[in-house]
Amino acid sequence: MTDMHIDHRVLSDLREVMEDGYLLLVQTFLEDSERRLSQLHAARSAEELGLAAHSFKGSSSNMGAVGLANLCQELEERARRPPLYGIEDLINRIDQEFFEVQTFYRGEQQRISAG
Amino acid sequence: MPAEQALTVLVAEDGAADRLLLAQIVRRQGHQVFTAENGEQAVALFIERRPQLVLLDALMPVMDGFEAARQIKALAGEALVPIIFLTSLNEEEGLVRCLEAGGDDFMAKPYSAVILGAKIRAMDRLRRLQATVLEQRDQITRHHHHLLNEQRVAKAVFDKVAHSGCLAAPNIRYLQSPYALFNGDLMLAAFTPSGDMRVLLGDFTGHGLPAAVGAMPLAEVFYGMTAKGYGMAQVLREMNAKLKRILPVDMFCCALLLNLSMQRGSVEVWNGGMPDGYRLAVDGQVLSVLSSRHLPLGILDAERFDDSTEVLPLAPGERLLLLSDGVLDTADDQERLFGVQRLRRVLADNRDPVRLFDEVMQALERFGGRPRDDISLCDIRMFSAEERVPAPMIYSDSGRSSPLDWSLGFEVRGQSLKRFNPVPYLVQLLQEIHGLRARTGNLHSVLSELYSNALEHGVLGLDSQLKRDVQGFANYYQERARRLGVLTDGYVRIDFQVEPQADGGRLMIEVRDSGAGFDVQRVLSRPSLEQELSGRGLNLVRRLASSAHWSDGGRCAHVEFVW
Repeated sequence: MTDMHIDHRVLSDLREVMEDGYLLLVQTFLEDSERRLSQLHAARSAEELGLAAHSFKGSSSNMGAVGLANLCQELEERARRPPLYGIEDLINRIDQEFFEVQTFYRGEQQRISAG
Repeated sequence: MPAEQALTVLVAEDGAADRLLLAQIVRRQGHQVFTAENGEQAVALFIERRPQLVLLDALMPVMDGFEAARQIKALAGEALVPIIFLTSLNEEEGLVRCLEAGGDDFMAKPYSAVILGAKIRAMDRLRRLQATVLEQRDQITRHHHHLLNEQRVAKAVFDKVAHSGCLAAPNIRYLQSPYALFNGDLMLAAFTPSGDMRVLLGDFTGHGLPAAVGAMPLAEVFYGMTAKGYGMAQVLREMNAKLKRILPVDMFCCALLLNLSMQRGSVEVWNGGMPDGYRLAVDGQVLSVLSSRHLPLGILDAERFDDSTEVLPLAPGERLLLLSDGVLDTADDQERLFGVQRLRRVLADNRDPVRLFDEVMQALERFGGRPRDDISLCDIRMFSAEERVPAPMIYSDSGRSSPLDWSLGFEVRGQSLKRFNPVPYLVQLLQEIHGLRARTGNLHSVLSELYSNALEHGVLGLDSQLKRDVQGFANYYQERARRLGVLTDGYVRIDFQVEPQADGGRLMIEVRDSGAGFDVQRVLSRPSLEQELSGRGLNLVRRLASSAHWSDGGRCAHVEFVW
């Protein structure tokens, strides 16, 4: 269900604001998110982890990815209160949620390219 | 949706997608956008492009938004460059940090184009307000400098006019606060041609430039007429008429005018609205108070103006103390005024009049704590014959055209005797004679004396013996005013005859009056002690002129000046 993952009101605002730049925005978001995910996985301290989660939370919310943004916020808060036992589980859920968002936006890319 | 006014906006955001989105939102609102990926780039771009508004992500690599905000605010100086923090920081601590670093507003993610547009407009209003305030502040500063400069120039010009007189004479001590002029205070002093000292202490209503503008014409009248030898009444009338003509109705000038005559041993006083002045004995005791008996100058029209003066004896070493209301109105911490009572106590406690001036100043200092800038204080000691230092007259023409063979008859009759004083006109006429110019002062003294003798003792029939003591002095001048008031006929006739002689010439003066005459032998043989106040005139005439005698039973004086 895309509605659980994407806020369609934000999405329609994005399309309107970005005009011809919408495709470029989607592409940039997807590339940027890959980099944020690898930062999450490679983080060697709670601080690094928190900072990466914070940034990912911001860009996800801007793209209407509400589920992903909520998970990132949870991670950011956990990172501020060590110990980090069981944090891998949360990062895995973020991976899964991003997969959903990625799928949606790739659909958007194909729809527009075809359109 | 173009903005009312296109701004240059710096967007600093490390997320590529967020940066792209934000730049597009701002651009679509009609602004020009520069983008940076971190704080360091943002500061560098700010220096290079000087954007008018900054959107700054709080958490960025290399240099975070807090540090970038501090540097940008420092670089912007006094101008307001609004900084809107872009943040999804929810916790209070993070928001407080944004404000403390110099942030002016926040913007949370996800970005809303509508809210961001409104925030940019609000920040632009603040930015303009600050710019206007700065501009007006600078304008006020410029105006203020301009005003101070104008005051300096005005004061310099005024000092040239005001100090052409003899305030620096050794018998005058005065204090005038530097900016007293701009509070309307005025102090002038000059010698008449016959060596009398004329002093004016004035106080215009109001403050600032309006209070100072009347001072120039007043000084001009004072110096011009005093130098030509006009009497107090004429000078007062002219000053009053001039001020009445040029000043607005709510402006006038309180004034105390004095004429110190060493020759007559007297002081003539007119006080219109100034605080009491004091006449002090050699030992400092208060002899009398010079109170205001008239309305200030510039109020009454010529018909209603009262030019009557008081004449009081003043011997060498006796003093006059004059002051402006700034002295009496000096306030202490509790806003109590110094007042007349405290001044009188200082006068009563004084044992050495030479120190009185300092004692008044010390009393004011002890009382007030903070000195006022409109205090005028003046201490005048009656000078003796040896000290007299009239300002030298300066003549511009060569004297070649000097006429040396002529005569003139001049008769003042009836009503004209009440107001008109011909002496200044006649002295000016005699200035045409080059050889007499060095003796202008003597001429003026002699003519003044002869004319007032003819008028007072001749036409009005006043007995000079009246002036034996202080009370008599006052009675004499009261009686003089009374008899002048009811005068209907009588005359004083003045004849000049000028003849050339070898290298020089001769001026013969005859002054004749309609009075009963006097016993010339008896008056001239009176012991000099008795002449102290009364009979001084005749001896003075004999001393200053080349020769003098009286005929026709004292009704006609014959005086010669030979050069």
